[in-house]
Amino acid sequence: MRDIIAIMKKEFRSYFDSPIAYIFTSVFLVLSGWLFYKNFFLANYASLRILFDLMPWLFLFFVPAVTMRLWSEEKKLGTMELLMTLPLKDSDVVLGKFLASFLFLSITTLLTFPLVISTFALGNPDFGPIIGGYLGAILMGGAYLSIGMFASSLTENQIISFILGVVLCFTLLIIGENFVLSTMPLSIVPLLQYLSLGAHFDSIGRGVIDTRDLIYYLSVISFFLFLNTRSLASRSWR
Amino acid sequence: MINVKGLTKRFGNTVAVRDVTFSVPAGQVLGFLGPNGAGKSTTMRILTGYITADDGEGSIAGFDIFSQSLEVRKRIGYLPESAPLYLDMDVPDFLKFVVTVRKVPKDRHREAINRMIDLCGLKNVMHKKIGELSKGYRQRVGLAQTMIHDPDILVLDEPTSGLDPNQIVEIRDLIKEIGKQKTVILSTHILQEVTATCDRIVIINEGRLVADGTPQDLTAQSSGDTLYWVTIKARPDDIRSQLSLIPGVLDVRLHAESPDRSRFGLKFRSQQQVEEQIFNAVTQKGWVLTELYRETASLEDVFARLTTN
Repeated sequence: MRDIIAIMKKEFRSYFDSPIAYIFTSVFLVLSGWLFYKNFFLANYASLRILFDLMPWLFLFFVPAVTMRLWSEEKKLGTMELLMTLPLKDSDVVLGKFLASFLFLSITTLLTFPLVISTFALGNPDFGPIIGGYLGAILMGGAYLSIGMFASSLTENQIISFILGVVLCFTLLIIGENFVLSTMPLSIVPLLQYLSLGAHFDSIGRGVIDTRDLIYYLSVISFFLFLNTRSLASRSWR
Repeated sequence: MINVKGLTKRFGNTVAVRDVTFSVPAGQVLGFLGPNGAGKSTTMRILTGYITADDGEGSIAGFDIFSQSLEVRKRIGYLPESAPLYLDMDVPDFLKFVVTVRKVPKDRHREAINRMIDLCGLKNVMHKKIGELSKGYRQRVGLAQTMIHDPDILVLDEPTSGLDPNQIVEIRDLIKEIGKQKTVILSTHILQEVTATCDRIVIINEGRLVADGTPQDLTAQSSGDTLYWVTIKARPDDIRSQLSLIPGVLDVRLHAESPDRSRFGLKFRSQQQVEEQIFNAVTQKGWVLTELYRETASLEDVFARLTTN
């Protein structure tokens, strides 16, 4: 546990040791604010639904940008060898890195709270869906992070890691969309729907926190963190 | 302290390390010598648990290097080749991170860090980011990282590469000082380094271990021909005919000539000691001998002979 926290601290700080964190956070907030208000007044309805509908698509580009350096940079600089010969379990390093990026993403997401305040000032939104929306967004963000981090463990090139992360997340996101499902054989439609990152988010966003959705996100996260640990072990035969 | 038996590692079709066996007793400084790409770094990576081997076994401080890698890593300080470091971190933050994951007790963190700052001469760069440091200082930060938890065993992959001559001397002295209490394996392809710092040498070529012994052992067993240099005040032709009479001489060759003296190289089979015969041959003629020097086989020769085919 102490190891996980030590890694987490180091990784979290490293976001702020370079300008990355500030750039990411400001771009994310400006973009989400802009896209939110653009549609907010058109809809003429005091709800944060618009914000949460944007999240899967904002995260699609934002999250792989947060995770792309996590392993690629270690490989490029050679610090991978330093890190992995410290008396640390591979899985602890993976968890520590994941938690650091998760904390960073959660903070950034929660920094959109001025949008909540303005919505309350202008109308009477329902509180449940807002809590649910944030929770769903953070969980979905976690799933994206685990995927992006896995992508980063496959290459020492940050650009490739970013693109791979976007492609993987995008695939998992759209397999639940109607236009994709309509082209698929009926027998696998429920499976695709279940596997899709988006479908589970919709129900949480409506304010319904179903344990099945929680389990889904936690499974995706664990699965990709597991793959990540396996891909670290592959350093032995490359 | 370190025992390795039959270590073999393949990458695809190339064999990086084949059947390497050696052991290092506690307190010894072992020099790992070999041309670039011989398998030095791969062997060190296996010892430090970064990669696994395909075959063979090994133990460090009584722990198996594969099944008890965590225990092994706790007792080792490892400096990977070219000292990779987190360039965005500043020096104290980096050392703080290392002492934390190295499980140095919290109340001794400051003491451990200060000790390394003194030992490795890092005082002037304490508030800089590692990315801003020169190669020499980065190497020192790397060394500080390997020793901060006071491990019994140090594994240093080319600790002096990329340093200027003064820094090389400093780091060598540092290693010698540390080597008094610790078991050290260091790799290098600089031969003077080994003679300057190591108790024992292992030479590895194309993944194979080709020599193992003290520097003196290795030069002695190289047993090539022996070469004497003599400078004599006399005419070259006279000298040549006189020296050719010495029993066992293989070759007499004029090397340099000036109006009043000539320098010759004399070759003898194996490690013959013939100073007396040469001296007598010269004084018999009443000549003046101004130089008599026996060139012994150097480590360079041994290295060249063992690592070229």
